Amino acid sequence: MLTKRIIPCLDVKDGRTVKGINFVNLTDVGDAVDLGKRYAQLGADELVYLDISATSEERATFTKLVERISDNINIPFTVGGGISTIEDAARLLDAGADKISINSAAIRNPQLIDEIAQRYGSQFVVIAIDARLEADGLWHATTHGGKRSTELELFSWAREAQERGAGELLFTSMNHDGTREGYPCDVYARLSEALSIPVIASGGAGSVAHIAEVLTDGRADAALAASIFHYGEITPYELKLQLKQQGICVRV
Amino acid sequence: MIAIIDYKMGNLRSVENALHRLGANFVVTADPAVIRKADRVLLPGVGNAAEAMNNLREARLVEVINDLRRPVLGICVGMQVMCQHSEEGDAECLGIFDTKVRRFPHSLTEKVPHMGWNSIHNLDSKLLRNLQGGAHVYYVHSYYPELCQDTIATTHHGLMFSAALKYENFYGTQFHPEKSGDVGEQILKNFLTL
Repeated sequence: MLTKRIIPCLDVKDGRTVKGINFVNLTDVGDAVDLGKRYAQLGADELVYLDISATSEERATFTKLVERISDNINIPFTVGGGISTIEDAARLLDAGADKISINSAAIRNPQLIDEIAQRYGSQFVVIAIDARLEADGLWHATTHGGKRSTELELFSWAREAQERGAGELLFTSMNHDGTREGYPCDVYARLSEALSIPVIASGGAGSVAHIAEVLTDGRADAALAASIFHYGEITPYELKLQLKQQGICVRV
Repeated sequence: MIAIIDYKMGNLRSVENALHRLGANFVVTADPAVIRKADRVLLPGVGNAAEAMNNLREARLVEVINDLRRPVLGICVGMQVMCQHSEEGDAECLGIFDTKVRRFPHSLTEKVPHMGWNSIHNLDSKLLRNLQGGAHVYYVHSYYPELCQDTIATTHHGLMFSAALKYENFYGTQFHPEKSGDVGEQILKNFLTL
């Protein structure tokens, strides 16, 4: 049976991870490759590296980092952040990324999904949607890390992205992100029902129970988390053991 | 020397990296002379099976591969083109493995593409030695090889299919050993020491 995936997410700036302070046995907690390797050894099913750089010099550093990740890590990894053209996608594919995630750029130019999926396959394209539940009762996609709301409605945008060739959906609720109070499981369940592509839950996990809930009631195929791993509260392996005890199919 | 066949079907970097981590010597090539002389041949591939067959024909590699007598390992689409036929683009393939490649039916309740970690069972080959049934490997695919007499491992995703195949010196995996963590490394190590 296909297992539910647990995916640590690493934010990278100028080639170094910006979170991840509490790791024992790591000589350099800021080294994105070492941290990723450690997560892979500790049972992570995939990794996501998000480039939060602002400048083009830093972007070039990120590409070099992706090459090093690919050289050193034997599980799949996704890279995201600042991908706005097919050339960006090509550069990261050449550097060894297994998948890329696109967010704001796909909202500006939905055709980008078609172009990348047609050239490199749907398995290479993760559509990331940061959405917020607005006063009108609808979930609106946002850009710029949640700072700007758009007219795009979550469910119709997710369906459109799938039809254009996205291979996975990474949905983050801006109402829940950073709260550590759990995921909006009803929304994930509806997304999972509405789409044929896998859905990755992100943003809001504060406990094992939250993750278990989104993988069962929320029907998510995978859960992405940052802080619970980076601050050393639990390792991916320990998390998966606990999920397994609750009858959730995971790779342990 | 190991030859990784470059027939323009996706990025070979992860396969190269995996061999590099195992300390193996390899060349990436489409040169029939180099491929014929290699001790081991790897045929990776991501993408469309019909396009993969066209590329092999254009590179004049169909007979070259069929005539190989040293161990050959096809991965994902590289394995699919070693079967009889693929529904993807209605492609006549190399016909090494006695099976056909079909699309996961739309009636399946499971999601397609089959993406992520799934378990392999009924292991029956030296390629898979030192592994336990139930070991997890990484998959990304929408087409699968049916069960047949060449099946050496199975996986279940809505239906049972060939996770790995073997005929004489030819081996194939539908999953990606180069992305399957320690399990995948063991399989590649096994392949290098067959």
